[in-house]
Order: sequence, then structure tokens, then C-alpha cells
Amino acid sequence: MTTGALLPVFALMTSLTAAVIIFTLPEQKHQLRTAVNLIAAVLKLLLVGLMIWGVFQGREYGISFPMIPGVEFVLRADALAMLFAGLSASWWLLTTVYAVGYLEDSPNRSRFFGFFSLCVASTMGIALAGNLFTFFLFYEMLTLSTYPLVVHRGTQQALRAGRTYIIYTLTGGAVLLFGIAMLHGFSGDLPFRPGGHFADMSPDLQAPLTLVFVILIAGLGVKAAIVPLHGWLPTAMVAPAPVSALLHAVAVVKAGAFGIVRVVFEIYGLETANALGLLWGLAAIAAFTIIYGSARALSQSDLKRRLAFSTVSQVSYIILGLCLAGPVGVAGGLVHLVHQGVMKITLFFCAGNYAETLGIHRIDELDGAGRRMPGTSVAFTLAAFGMIGTPPLAGFITKWTMGTGALAAGMDWVIAVLVISSLLNAAYFLPVLNRIWFREQKNAWPEERQWGRFETSAWLLWPPLITAGFLVLAGLLASASFSPLGWVELIVAREVDL
Amino acid sequence: MTLWLMAGLLFTPLAWAVLTLLAGFRRGRVVTWLGIAIQVLVSLALWAVVVRDGGFQYPLGGWQAPLGIELRVDGLAVTFVLLTALVAAASGLHAGFYLDPDKQWHRYFWPLFWFLWAGLNVVWLGNDLFNLYVGLELISLSAVGLVALGGQSEALRAALRYLMAALLGSLAYLLGVALFYGEFGSLSLSGIASALGQDSSGDGTGFALVLMLFGLALKTALFPMHRWLPPAHGIARSPVSALLSALVVKGSFYIAARLWLELGAPLGSLALAQLLGLLGGMAVFWGGWQALRQRKLKQVVAYSSVAQIGYLFLLFPLTWNTTEAAALQAQQAMTLQVISHALAKAAMFLSAGNLIMSVGSNRVNALAGVSHFLPFSLFSFGLAGVSLMGLPPTGGFAAKWLFLQASLATGQWWWLVVLLGGGLLSAAYVFRVYRASFVEDSNIDHFFHPARRLEIIPMILALLSLGLGLMAEPVLSVMALTFANGEGT
Amino acid sequence: MTPSLLYAFAGAALCGIGLFGFIVISHLLRKLLAFNLMGSGVFLVLVGLAQHRSGPDPVPQALVLTGIVVAIAATALAVVLIRRYFHLSGKTALEDPARDTLPHQGPREVREAPRE
Repeated sequence: MTTGALLPVFALMTSLTAAVIIFTLPEQKHQLRTAVNLIAAVLKLLLVGLMIWGVFQGREYGISFPMIPGVEFVLRADALAMLFAGLSASWWLLTTVYAVGYLEDSPNRSRFFGFFSLCVASTMGIALAGNLFTFFLFYEMLTLSTYPLVVHRGTQQALRAGRTYIIYTLTGGAVLLFGIAMLHGFSGDLPFRPGGHFADMSPDLQAPLTLVFVILIAGLGVKAAIVPLHGWLPTAMVAPAPVSALLHAVAVVKAGAFGIVRVVFEIYGLETANALGLLWGLAAIAAFTIIYGSARALSQSDLKRRLAFSTVSQVSYIILGLCLAGPVGVAGGLVHLVHQGVMKITLFFCAGNYAETLGIHRIDELDGAGRRMPGTSVAFTLAAFGMIGTPPLAGFITKWTMGTGALAAGMDWVIAVLVISSLLNAAYFLPVLNRIWFREQKNAWPEERQWGRFETSAWLLWPPLITAGFLVLAGLLASASFSPLGWVELIVAREVDL
Repeated sequence: MTLWLMAGLLFTPLAWAVLTLLAGFRRGRVVTWLGIAIQVLVSLALWAVVVRDGGFQYPLGGWQAPLGIELRVDGLAVTFVLLTALVAAASGLHAGFYLDPDKQWHRYFWPLFWFLWAGLNVVWLGNDLFNLYVGLELISLSAVGLVALGGQSEALRAALRYLMAALLGSLAYLLGVALFYGEFGSLSLSGIASALGQDSSGDGTGFALVLMLFGLALKTALFPMHRWLPPAHGIARSPVSALLSALVVKGSFYIAARLWLELGAPLGSLALAQLLGLLGGMAVFWGGWQALRQRKLKQVVAYSSVAQIGYLFLLFPLTWNTTEAAALQAQQAMTLQVISHALAKAAMFLSAGNLIMSVGSNRVNALAGVSHFLPFSLFSFGLAGVSLMGLPPTGGFAAKWLFLQASLATGQWWWLVVLLGGGLLSAAYVFRVYRASFVEDSNIDHFFHPARRLEIIPMILALLSLGLGLMAEPVLSVMALTFANGEGT
Repeated sequence: MTPSLLYAFAGAALCGIGLFGFIVISHLLRKLLAFNLMGSGVFLVLVGLAQHRSGPDPVPQALVLTGIVVAIAATALAVVLIRRYFHLSGKTALEDPARDTLPHQGPREVREAPRE
């Protein structure tokens, strides 16, 4: 066994070890805990960077051993895995920094950061899983480790949200398990493989495969918040802001979307799925979710709830992109995995800053916030414009690529969906921006606090600024080979056999 | 070598039972710990012997059956012997710290503990139906005594109720043995099986099998005969509860499973197999539902045992008249479920005992806000809960997965409802406990941390049950070891 | 019908009577007696059936001896428990605790845990 084979294991272990250490640390050892967290996060980023470099050079890292008769535990670092792993590792670092600032002086930090690290370990596992079974293992681990984060506040509202969350996700997990077991029943252990396994299946497998596909998507769709399985997401926004950022940008919804990507690409194969007529249905659901989420976001008066519905809508871009079944469209969908992450994490960081610094939760309290917190507001504005799809920001790249892909695939109606969705995005973000920048402050801030020499604590201010910078760069440098789009094109070229 | 091992395995517990009977609690504790060390070593050695050489039949003291006692040492038996050693050692160590030495009657814990261990080893290794009966009775009587150790009248009521159920179960079993002996003139399982193979005319023996299965199901607390279990397991002291639900109910189930696997094919019927599976399925739902409604922490755990036992009975429909591959999967699933439930449930009861000690109340709601103090025992409880829910990578998941595969392979898809629905239901009652621990508006501001040594034991068990899913393959490969001469499983 | 078979049938009948008593009677001591009756029935079946098949046979005799020892042990344990239970709760039956609104005083008014 070479070190190369162990790299994915190390990447997993960094956050697992961090979790164990943090759980055993006494509550009051704040600095030591922060140090452990940051060291682990940096270490992980380096490991992932190393793997990305290796994968770029054409290497593959992996390890596998038998777990249950007929089932293997497989970790494998391929280009698609690295897309998600990179996302998870980089946002872990930023979110940790943010969370340290956000939770300053609040109780139960040991518990929080312990589960936080576990949660990141799970996303890393999801990224690196080499077969559906291993994927499921980490998928359920993610469910368990995010529950304590959602109920972290311990209020009745938080506990109720936790209950909704757990009911949705565990039921989804059970459905997914059912699908995996059925698939396993008639074709054995299926490693993820570019092009899928069913390229030349016998015709009598068509009906069961279609059924299994529906079951798998239903199971994964809960976390990906596909309508009508999205109910938990707006409720779960009672969690602390760093948790929401993590849930919406990297961990939970992305795990669902990533799972769908894996199933479509590497279990069924894009062409097979298309031939079975499965992508049409998926595209229709995704399109409906995009419109529905945006429309619901319009009527929310709570800032985080509005952002949550926006997530419902945005995540389905990824799925819609897959259904375009052409290299360009697929690239558009995949790149949104990163772009949506960076934009949404920025928005949630900013929402958290407003809440922590000024006590603002509702949109109508935001009047004049731009003058009080210019840094945060600039980041928020950039992310909001990104969501709307203004060039040259990250969101524009997604929409442009997807639009091109839709035309290439002859699915012109997708353009209409994109346009409607962009208009709706504008309709629910622009009023917010208007309040932030162009309205006079009417009332005193609900709970203002002075924090350091900046507009807010430096721990809180830098992460959104960095992510905002990133989303600008992702748009400006989209044609570079190291941009998210460049990497996605590498994936498409290498993995999707079109 | 094997002589010493077998002697160590069966006679040390009996000798230690007598020794500790003569000693007080504290001295008994020291003696017991020494004995535990011996037993664990012997069990490991026997396990290693079987792994190296395969299984063997061992006539005790050189006396041959039917009057002598013949033991059957195969992979499955040594796996369970080792499991017993592990869980009993954990419970014994925990009890030494947990039980109050100043309550005089607690000194009876040690002899009862040893009798129980002896009975369990007899059951795992026994090869003839009557010895299994003696082992069963030894287990039941010492288990009842252990329940009564609680002392108060509620504990005695529970113990008596348990005793009555156990006695009825044993008699039903014994009557079945009498009928078998009357028909075949043999007590050995394999003897009866081969006699049945020759002429299929064993009239009335189908009834004998039903009787025995009824008796064993009653002792295993299969729904709807489960009503004795929750009070007994709920009221017993925590180390006792751990022993009871981890090992005692498995003893009778193990016999039922062996009977079924040897005699089920000629004597069973589709209806019987499906009925047992159905009762198991109902146990899963009813036990889970009741666990959800209990207000006392240990009652939650006790009802969860009722539910978890239900899964075991899926073995019956999945091995009757099915393909060899599916039957093998079902057997592997059953084994894993026995092991993982034993580890997880022992961890759960021990940690529940610690939590109750910490908050000074046995109610679930009394746990409000305890996660604030990051009690170690809550983690153990939580990890064990993950195994009960059947989420990966735990042993509970591995068992569920294999059951799923077996159900699909045999086309009995209706068990999927049980497996998936039962998992969700157990998640519901486990999460109820987690949820209580996260409540923030409680006003507890200090928390009594039990001694680390009390907390570390359930943690080890919980981690083992968690890791079992990852180690399932090697564990099962030992279980599959049969006799060196290739004679049946 | 051989005498042995008659024994076996008698045993079965005893079993039935015992089972009836075991289920119907709530007084614990009498329940215990019913259990013993049932046990004797099973022993009769064990010996009778085997002799009916294959003539005199030492094995069932040995088994029954062992069985009797086990039954005595079980009975002794049950008696101890019943006595202690009566001692603590003043009850002779296992009625449902829910119905138990008026707790009786035990004969010796010992309400705490045993002190043996």
C-alpha cells in the first residue's frame, strides 16, 4: 500500500481526529480548540490540494476492503470527487474561522465544533466514496452529525426544526437504502464508474432499473431539497449562521445533489439514463423546483428563510444541468455545485453578520445597513448579483453555460426556465439590496453591539469578503484551467463518455 | 489442550459461583475479576483453536452421548462464547463499581453472575436437547435471581413475572424434547435430523417442534409474549439489565435457531415460518412504538429490546425452503444482529445506568440539557443508538443489509417494510433521548460525572458495535467454520 | 395400548390440567403448584413415551432425575421470591400495578428493601 492509496484516508482522518480531540477537550479551552480546528482544516486543505494536483496529472488514489459479504468499502479520489472535496475542504476552513467568531461567548462550543468536524468528515467521505454503499455510509453519518448542529440553540423552535430535519432525512435515507439494496440485489456491488454500468443492459432490466432510479432519486432528493421533499430546509434555518452556511453551501443539500450526479453519471451512465427516458422526468421536476423555490422566496420576510428558499431553487440548477445530457450543459450543472456554494455561503455569512452585529433577522429591518456595515453589504450585494446572474460573476457563468448547453441539446424550454428564474431572483434580491443601500435607517438596530475596530469582529468579516472575492474571480477567470469551470470541463472530458 | 479449555470454560464459572457464594461483596468482587480474566483468556484460546483447526465435537469427561455430555464446538459457538466473555466481563467490571457494596444482598450478584455465565456457555456448546434444557434453566433461574436483586417489591414482582414466563417456556420446551425422544430415541440434534432424513413419517413431531419453538419464543420475549420483559429489564440494576438483554434472551433464541436450521426443513411449514416472521415484524413495530411512549429511560431501552429481538425472527421465513445463498445470508444477518444487539444494548444499559446516576432520576425528561456537560455516557448511549437504528457502519446496519438482501433474493419483499420501518421507528425513540439532552432552557447548572472507569466500559462496547459493521467479513468467516471433518453446520 | 402409553397419556392430561391452573389461577403459590403438576406430567410423558417405543430405557430415567432436580431448584427459588414479595407488598398475586390504587400494608409493615 502506497502513501498515495492512503491520501484519501488521511483526508478523512484529519477532521475525524479533530472531532475526537475536540470532544475530549474541556469546554473552557477555547484557544486550544480553535488551534486544533484550524490546524486540521489547513492540513486537510493541503491534503486535498495534493490530491487535486495528483488527479490533474492523471493519477488516481484509492483504497478498498471488504466490509459485509458482497460489499466493499471503497474510497477513491477521482476528478469528480475532488470537485466536491475541494469545495468541502476550502469552505471548512472559512466556516471554522467564521464560527469561531460567531460563537464567541456562547455555551456548548466543544459540542458544536466536535459535531462540526464530524460533519465535515462526512462530506469528505461522501466526496471520496467509491461506490454507492460507501456513499450511503457517509450520507447517513452526515445526517447524524448535523442534527446536533441544527438543534444547537436548544430552544423549542430549534428542537422542532431538528425533528423535522431528522424525519425528512432519515426517511430519505431509508428510501435510498431500499433503492441501493434493490440495485445490489440484481447487479451486485457497483463501483462508481465513468459511463455507468448499464450501457448494454438486457431489455427485461429496463422496468426494474427505472423503478430503482425513481427510488434512488427520491431518497437523494430529500437532501437535495427537490420539491416536494424540500420542507425541512426552510425550517432548518433556525440553526446558527455558520451551520446554515455549511448546510446550504457544502454539506447537506450538496450531498444530495452530488449523489444524484454520481447515480446519473457513474451508476446508470448519462446515455442509459437518457435512453430510459429518466432524464426528462428529472428535468421537469428540477425545472419546477427552480421556479417554485424562487417564487416562494419572494414572499418570505425573514432573511434567512428567503435565502433558504433560494437554495431550494438554486440546487436544482445542478440537476437540471445534468438532464441537458450534453457536455456543455452538464458542465454548467456541475460548475454550479461550486458556484452556488460560494454564493450561498457568502449570503449566509452576511446574514449571520447582520444578525450578530445588529440583531437583524427580518428583511424590513435592513434599512440603511449598508452604511453601518459596508464590507458585509458589499459581499452580500456581490453574491446577490451573482445569484441573479449578472456578468461577470459566478452565477452568470453557470447560466450562460447551461443556456448554451440547452440550445445544443435542443431543449429550448430550459432557456425560458433560466430567464424566469433569473427574473424571480432579481425580484427577491433587488428589494433587499434597495433596503440595504438606498433606504435611510428608520429605527434603532434591534441589538447593536460594537465589535473590534471593524464594522464587526474580524473573524466574522473576513470570511464573507474572501468568498465574495472568490465568486468574482470564478466569474472573471472562468476560462482559466484552474477555475471551477476549467476543472469541471476536465471532469466532463474525462468522466462523462459522451 | 482442549481438555483444559473445555474444563476452564464450563467448570470455572461453576467453581467461581461457589467461591463467591462464600465471600462478601468486596471479596467476591476481587475473586470475580480474577475469574473474568481466566474466562476471557480461555474463551480467546478456544476461539483461536477453532480458527486454526476448525470445529470439533467434544465428549465431556470421555463419556459418550446419550448419557454423557457431548459438546459441539464450531465457529458459531465459539463466536458466541467470545461474545459472552466480552459482554459478561464488561458487565461484571461495571457492576463491581456500580453496585453499592454496603447493601448486603448485593453480594449475591457474584454467584448468580457466574451461574448465568456457566449456563450460557452450556447453551452455546450443547449438542443434545436435554443439556440445552438444563442450560436454559440455569440461565433463567439465575437471571430471575439477578432481577430480584433490585430488592424493592416492584423488582420482585418483575422477577416473579419473569420466572413464571420462563418456567412455562421451559416446560413447553421439555415436553417437546419428550416427544422427540419418544419418537426417535435420540436427544442429539444431528441424530434427530438424520433420523428424519431417513423416514419422513415423524408424525406428531411437527407438533413437538412447534411446542419447543413456542417455549423458546416465550423465553425470548417474542411479541405478543413479550410482556414480562420490559418490567424485568427495566427495573433490574443496570449491569444486570445489560446481561439480560445482551445475552440471556439470545440463549433461548440461539436454541430456537439451531432447531429450525436442523429440523425446520422436514418438520416446519410455510405457515409456521411466515407466522414467526410476522410475529417478529409485529414485535419490531410494537416494541418500537412502546419504546417511543415510555417515560423512563430504562423502559425505553427495554422496549427497544423487544423490537430488536423481532428482527432475529426474520431468520425463520428467510431460511425455510429458500436458496442456499439466501439462507446463508439470513444466517449471517442473524448472527450479526445477535452480536451487534448484544454489544449495543449492553452499552446502552450501562450508559443509561450512568446517566441515571448522574442526573438522579430515571426519567427521559430529566436528561434535559445534559449534553451541555458532554457526558461521556451520553456519547456511548448515542453510538449504541446508531447501531440500533441500523445506520452504517454499525453491526446493526450490516445485519439489516444482509436481511434486506436475503428478503429480496427470496422474493419476500414484505420484510423490507419491517426492516426499513423498524429502523425509522428506532431512530424515533433514540432521537427522543438525544432531543431531551439538547434542551437548553433547563435549569441544571451542575452535573455529577460518574467515575471514568464506569464510563469507559460502555464506550468500549459501543465502539465495538460500531466497528462490527466494518469487521463483519472476518467475524462471519469465523462463524462459518464448521467441523474439521466437514460434518454439517 | 400398552401401560407405558397409558402413562404418557396420563402425563399429557396432567400437563393440560396444570397448564389450565397455571393460566387461570392468580394466587402465586397455587400457580407454582400448577407448574409442578405440569412438570410431573412432562416427566411422565418423557418416560412413558420412550418405554412404549423401545422398552425399558435408562436414559429417560436419568433425564427425569435431572429434571426433578431442576424443578426443585426452580420451585425453591419461586417460593423464596413469593415469600419476599408477600413480605414487602402484602400481595399474593401479580395483579397489574396500574390497578393497584390502594396499597395494602404488608403483615410486618416492612416496606424497604430486604435485609437478609
